[in-house]
Amino acid sequence: MSLNNNILVKLENTGVMLDNKWLVKGVSLEVKKGKIVTLIGPNGSGKSTTAKIALGIYKNIEGKVEKFTDKIGYVPQKISIDWTLPIRVSDFMLLTENLTNDEINNALKLTGVDHLKNNDLRNLSGGEFQRVLIARAISKKPDLLVLDEPVQGVDFKGELALYELIKEISEKLGCGILLISHDLHVVMSATDHVLCLNGHVCCSGTPQAVVKDSKYKELFGDRASTILSVYEHDHDHTHSPDGTIETKK
Amino acid sequence: MFDDFFIRALVAGIGIALVTGPLGCFVIWRRLSFFAGTLAHSSLLGVTLAFSFDINISFSVLLISSALALILLKLQKSTKLPNDALLGLLAHSSLAIGLVVIGFLSYIRFDIMGLLFGDILAVNKRDLLVIWIGGAIILLILKIIWKPLFASTVNYELAEAEGMKPEKINVVFTILMAALIAISIKMVGILLITGMLIIPAAMARNLANNPKQMIIISIIGGLLAVVLGLYSSLQFNSASGPSIITAALVLFILSMFNIKKLKQLKK
Repeated sequence: MSLNNNILVKLENTGVMLDNKWLVKGVSLEVKKGKIVTLIGPNGSGKSTTAKIALGIYKNIEGKVEKFTDKIGYVPQKISIDWTLPIRVSDFMLLTENLTNDEINNALKLTGVDHLKNNDLRNLSGGEFQRVLIARAISKKPDLLVLDEPVQGVDFKGELALYELIKEISEKLGCGILLISHDLHVVMSATDHVLCLNGHVCCSGTPQAVVKDSKYKELFGDRASTILSVYEHDHDHTHSPDGTIETKK
Repeated sequence: MFDDFFIRALVAGIGIALVTGPLGCFVIWRRLSFFAGTLAHSSLLGVTLAFSFDINISFSVLLISSALALILLKLQKSTKLPNDALLGLLAHSSLAIGLVVIGFLSYIRFDIMGLLFGDILAVNKRDLLVIWIGGAIILLILKIIWKPLFASTVNYELAEAEGMKPEKINVVFTILMAALIAISIKMVGILLITGMLIIPAAMARNLANNPKQMIIISIIGGLLAVVLGLYSSLQFNSASGPSIITAALVLFILSMFNIKKLKQLKK
């Protein structure tokens, strides 16, 4: 690992073309141990596609992908379980890894769904299912976590707790995380590196640098660039009910 | 004890039910019932080739079915036709070629009914060896690839992302299916092997709440169907293959009642 500066996965100028249309193009990024890289961008901008390139799901790609680990945990954006398959949460936890009963219980407890262990996977609510997906991905103690909108459908309180958990895990396990999220607040507060996509990389860098970028403002609107201020501690302003900022004094 | 034709039929049937149980579950989970039928149709061509070149029937069926399965995997990638159209294309063209070849082999007396519906009562000791050794190998490989196969059945992309190599596993599974058809074609027949795969597994789906349980119930259902079917074919002098499938159907219908009763009790 030390040979390549702790890099877990590296994309060099990658892209995918499907039916003569570029899904995404010219993306370069690297995820290092203990770092969180986030992809943001509007719908159809190629975020999930980029994640799938990194995971090796797309076979015919432009550019180069190098993976330096096989221990990967993946939370896909969409997953549907066929009703012909009877499968409980505990069976699903064992999908790609051999875990002890304790390891399963612990992982489920971390995401707050240990009481659902023996439930049928298809009877869970959307939010419960997301929690199981996250539990499964972290239970194998991966080197690289790829999370594609991991908290969709999770209630407000749970959302914050899960992002906390994700951050905690990356620190504890020292794993790298490739995160896709629409929640700009979280992205900007918890991420080391942000890539702003719209079919290609619009801008990238630290959250602080990205919010100031004019392309970011173009893509997300002026309101989005005020997001970071919430986390920059100096509360020199208050928010009016509609969210606009009123400077104190 | 294998000198009695009925005992031989029973032992052969049990051997096949042990393999169709787990494979049948995967056929249902992966929605491959039409695929299984296609492989079975192509086996007629395999049988005729075996007669033409005087080679072992199981071997030649395995060869043709595997080849057909690999052609299918290739076609899926290189054409835009939907899966069921491709399967229909392969099933009926291979069946047609098989029948054309039979026409040329007029010097051999063919038992077409036996090919289509199987002739479990004509199983000899060598067939028993093929079924049990072949079956053991299929089950062993299935056990080895269980985790990646199951993972890619649940979700292909997840399996791919986490290093389960679903594409390779697909090929292995397809060949296992071809092998099952090769060892069981003489007993159960081209038209009925799909029933033997699907009906016990479908019955198991009605009763099971997790994957391993479904496989076990599917095996038990298959075994019961073989025993009940064979005894009733002896009793009523009915054809053995169809009797086994009919017995499986009866078990399936019983499993439906069971579910309704449980639901009523819950209410």
